[in-house]
Amino acid sequence: MDYTTLLTIADSTVRLSIPLLCACLAGLWSERSGVVDIGLEGKMLAAAFAAGAAAHASSSAVLGLLAAIAVSMAFALVHGFAAISQRGNQIVSGVAINMLAAGLSAIIGNAWYGQGGRTPPVDGAARFGELVLPGAERLAAAPVLGPFYAEVVSGHSLLVYLALAAVPVTWFVLARTRFGLRLRAVGENPAAVDTAGISVAALRYAAVTICGALCGLGGAYLAIAQSAGFLPLMTAGKGFIALAALIFAKWRAWPALGACLLFGLLDAVAIRLQGVVVPGIGQVPVQAIQALPYVMTVVLLAGFIGRAVPPRASGIPYVKER
Amino acid sequence: MRAKSFGLALAGLVAATAMAAAQEFKPAVVYDLGGKFDKSFNEGVYNGAERFKKETGVAYRDFEPQNDAQREQALRRFARDGYSPIVAVGFSQASAVEKVAKEFPKLQFAIIDMVVEQPNVQSIVFKEQEGSFLVGLLAARASKTGKVGFVGGMDVPLIRAFACGYVQGVKYANPKAEVFQNMTGTTGAAWNDPVKGGELAKSQIDRGADVVYHAAGGTGIGVLRAAADAGKLGIGVDSNQNGLHPGKVLTSMLKRVDTATYKTFMDAKNKAWKPGATSLGVKEEGVAWALDENNKALITAEMKAAVDKAAADIVAGTIKVHDYRVDAKCPTN
Repeated sequence: MDYTTLLTIADSTVRLSIPLLCACLAGLWSERSGVVDIGLEGKMLAAAFAAGAAAHASSSAVLGLLAAIAVSMAFALVHGFAAISQRGNQIVSGVAINMLAAGLSAIIGNAWYGQGGRTPPVDGAARFGELVLPGAERLAAAPVLGPFYAEVVSGHSLLVYLALAAVPVTWFVLARTRFGLRLRAVGENPAAVDTAGISVAALRYAAVTICGALCGLGGAYLAIAQSAGFLPLMTAGKGFIALAALIFAKWRAWPALGACLLFGLLDAVAIRLQGVVVPGIGQVPVQAIQALPYVMTVVLLAGFIGRAVPPRASGIPYVKER
Repeated sequence: MRAKSFGLALAGLVAATAMAAAQEFKPAVVYDLGGKFDKSFNEGVYNGAERFKKETGVAYRDFEPQNDAQREQALRRFARDGYSPIVAVGFSQASAVEKVAKEFPKLQFAIIDMVVEQPNVQSIVFKEQEGSFLVGLLAARASKTGKVGFVGGMDVPLIRAFACGYVQGVKYANPKAEVFQNMTGTTGAAWNDPVKGGELAKSQIDRGADVVYHAAGGTGIGVLRAAADAGKLGIGVDSNQNGLHPGKVLTSMLKRVDTATYKTFMDAKNKAWKPGATSLGVKEEGVAWALDENNKALITAEMKAAVDKAAADIVAGTIKVHDYRVDAKCPTN
């Protein structure tokens, strides 16, 4: 494997891990505030549909993104209403969101466009194209780091950089601001926050709204950056893998980035290892390569990360003492 | 007297309605998992059925299964309601067709892409290797790098036959050419994963491929998109996909499922329907390559002459394209 191959694998790793990263950070915000969210998948799917439909209607990728975020936030608020105001079971509400999004997107899509739930393909301004960062072409000639900059760092869509930027922002807000401290406290010990005279519900609503926005970003990336249109069930379980990555990262922002990149890397490697002759073993069967990400997930989760302790109040609705 | 004639009239009426019911022609289609608008295989069937409906005014019922378990239910429901012929699309319906055809021996069934040996089943299979050979030849001639790619959907013998025919065509035109082959997956989901299809195509393009052929249903939309985005050429499959990215799709390997569906319906309507297996190749015009205004500029006169000659040779039998399904082997790789 030469350097160019490594670069293309790294490049594809970035592309494949972005939807995971968006969903993972979304889950992080929600769960850190004490609201368990297994509806990440559904929110991303609904957002992807909204992005595809809005981008097609308006021929504007930005409007597609905004529509995706709006729809995803609406779904997040439904979950929030059930989980925070109505103190319902958060798992049940999350499952409902997933089923609702899967069914609604396919049915509305079929009714509007008559293409089996697909939105019409979008192109040009209706899609987030690849950005070439300044100096990429000039630096490409430089040894080692030049091609890395040109191939891996540059040449992604705007949404990739937005998602990556969300990592330090999430870290900073949660770890270094008053809002973040309160939000984390709500997830650990809501009674204490309540005693301090701060609204638990307001903080949790803020968290699920942010969660919705991030899922919207992920969905828009899937529909109008990575592909060019929405397809039924296009999230293909990414929301659930993101949840695994979240546990893996122990609900922290920087490790979340690492975990998502690792899952992306496994996917990228699986794609490139097909039909490659491995020295000593011969050609590895396709099935074995395709099972690799799942096997690695089990091995890593079971053996290497140790105890993952979720926020103490996560999944428990807060009942004010009367 | 009066009562008797009334009774007679009534009997006549009953007989007439019974006859009308027996003659009422109700065709139906059960699609494969890719869905009826996959711009590819299933859509071909849909186009054929629509053509039939337009020409004869006979409506048909259809069903798009969302998972494997629904195929048999759908077939049985159509059969119970007296639909006939029932066209089942795709090799994965074979066992369901076999079961339901046994239960309803009076109805006519047809299955595309697989052979089911029942007295009331018509099996339509295609010589995909021959069509793939032709587009492989075009790919090798259009390629500047001497490297071309293939992205398959689900890893099954049928798709391997596509790949094998393609490789033979490429090597026929350019024995030194290199072919990268990838399969998207091993489950039905592999027909509908354009993101992965795009990634596979990108990985082949990164390795130097400049023409990528797909046989992957809905996944292929991502393959063609990735090729077009990278300024390379894609090759479509089943339906004519040249128009998806005009000027960026070299050609499409046409599998005339539309004609096959249309013919099955027509034959059944004209009482000319026969059970048994038919295999459609270049000779029977069951497979072909697509040329229209979208790819006119990409196909030079010299390429056209070469591919036409190869097609004639296949018909004449001087070129024999090996079928992977016969011995699960491919002579060139």
